[in-house]
Amino acid sequence: MNQAENTISIQPVNSWSLLNFKDICDYREMLFFLTWRDVKVRYKQTVLGAGWAILQPLFMMIIFTIFFGRLAGVASAGIPYPLFALAGLVPWTFFANAITASGNSLVGSANLITKVYFPRLIVPAAAMLAGLVDFLLAFLILVVMMFYYRVQLTVQILFLPVLILLTALFSLGVGTWMSALNVKYRDVRFALPFLIQLWLFVSSVILPSTSVPQKWRWLLMLNPMSGIIEGYRAALFGLPFDWPALGIASALTIVVLLYAIYAFGRVERSFADII
Amino acid sequence: MDLARKPVRALRRNGNEPVSIWAVKDLDFEVAPGEIVGIIGRNGAGKSTLLKILSRITEPTLGRVELFGRVASLLEVGTGFHPELTGRENIFLNGSILGMTRREIERKFDEIVAFSEVEQFLDTPVKRYSSGMYVRLAFAVAAHLQPEILVVDEVLAVGDYAFQQKCLNKMQDVSTGGRTVLFVSHNLGAISRLCNRCLLLDGGQLIASGPTAGVVQNYLTSGLVQRPEYKQTGNRDKAMNLLRVALRGADGEIRSEIRYDESLSIEFNYEANQTVSGTSLGVMVYTLDGTCAFTTADIDAHAELLGVREPGKYRARVTVPPKWLNVGRYTVTVALANAMSGVVYDNVEALVFQIVDTGTPGSLNGIKRPGVLQPLLDWETIRDIRG
Repeated sequence: MNQAENTISIQPVNSWSLLNFKDICDYREMLFFLTWRDVKVRYKQTVLGAGWAILQPLFMMIIFTIFFGRLAGVASAGIPYPLFALAGLVPWTFFANAITASGNSLVGSANLITKVYFPRLIVPAAAMLAGLVDFLLAFLILVVMMFYYRVQLTVQILFLPVLILLTALFSLGVGTWMSALNVKYRDVRFALPFLIQLWLFVSSVILPSTSVPQKWRWLLMLNPMSGIIEGYRAALFGLPFDWPALGIASALTIVVLLYAIYAFGRVERSFADII
Repeated sequence: MDLARKPVRALRRNGNEPVSIWAVKDLDFEVAPGEIVGIIGRNGAGKSTLLKILSRITEPTLGRVELFGRVASLLEVGTGFHPELTGRENIFLNGSILGMTRREIERKFDEIVAFSEVEQFLDTPVKRYSSGMYVRLAFAVAAHLQPEILVVDEVLAVGDYAFQQKCLNKMQDVSTGGRTVLFVSHNLGAISRLCNRCLLLDGGQLIASGPTAGVVQNYLTSGLVQRPEYKQTGNRDKAMNLLRVALRGADGEIRSEIRYDESLSIEFNYEANQTVSGTSLGVMVYTLDGTCAFTTADIDAHAELLGVREPGKYRARVTVPPKWLNVGRYTVTVALANAMSGVVYDNVEALVFQIVDTGTPGSLNGIKRPGVLQPLLDWETIRDIRG
């Protein structure tokens, strides 16, 4: 072992160092174990266990189908409404759960943060990754539904991993930002569920983005989740991709993620004192 | 007007202005690889802040620390333990949080389990563990850390005595393997047993540094410690807790200098916050080098105390006979514990006192005889006429 390589130097950091990637890399096993813990613990002492991961979007789909598909007669881009809704709800549920879990993760890990050192960013990251497991489970029900409706797959399905990555990164960005804010302002805990509820209605989960008048469409584009969710539908059902919307979503994801890391880094060193 | 424009600032101004204090300042020291260094000082001397900086939990405002090697900090036992997870799962989780790699944990798994003495319950969620088992498991993981630098706060104040000894021994192993240990404790006995070098902090500054015996002596004689009485506030979370410990001379006065030829008594006030049974109030008297002079407990003379103790406040007193302890300084550790399960509810190094020479047998010749005790015993000498 090289001595110089192992030297740790502790001193006040004046400028904001963006991210210590090497540090995070060194602690990847802890990231794994924290994710594993969250997954393991989540459904302990529940009767349905991981079934909840499937039931949440499934029941939302049924309710949406009754109210919007049947009663309101929403046009769903030529796709059966239940399928249309579920394709939006599965990624949306992941996003909503991930930012809730990430947002509360730091405050919930106060006992860890005041007792051991590790790159703090892995706390919200682990919370987001644990949600990814639920997402994959919920995706199974989507696959079953696609079989049921005999959806013909196209090459566009290959774009799916990119969309999942984009969803994960955007969730990480929002979640990390919220978690940092939450340390100082516990209002986040109350504001977040409310924000998520409102956000759902502007994320093309219930209605296709095409139902929004053309002159307001750009406003919808400013919400990355709308572009991403429409992206899922395009990839799964072979619909045309809305490239400008996806491009803006990707750009905004990067901006949000970078800003989140910056905001997080600024408060990171005082976490142990504030929490 | 001002209030309307800057409501938040106005609010802040109404509250108490925050006052900055330096928890530690101008510290400069080096620790060589393989050393076990103790850090001592009164409450608020800056010991814990120093440890938090060294273990990278808080960042220093000014200054610089250089650490050569991997650091593991043990500021608490069972950091990150999750009550819903089993013992086995928590070993992995806790190990990784303390900085062990997965492979390291796998390699040492059997050793950790053996050390913890909880083999049978490995697949039981730790929320069903007794607190003794919980502490043992947590400590077993920590004891198998192999960092180059180990930073340890007052964590040995939990667990039963035999297990504490086992942990101290394990820590000694750590340092003989070329590892460096920084150890903060109020327990001068443990410090004396473990550390070859000591740092003394007061008011955030380094007062003394050097071989343990000298620094501990310095600490005790510098007037930083004159403790004929110890008080603390109750803690409803604990099943039992101490409130006050006081040392009285034969005349009933509270003081820390006791004459060799007078008796001394120690008074205890404690409270039980719930109905407990099988408990005892234990007292350990240590010399400065960490040797236990003697141990006594309230149940020694009154075994019926092992039965139920109802919630409420208690008073107790023990008397040490005159002409018995040798001249010197002693520390008194008091513990409220469950004699059955080994769980320690409260454990404090409460008093520091001194026996002053007022006519020990040795003093007639101007010497202090060796030994912890200097009792006057009955002798019988007969001259055998036929010899």
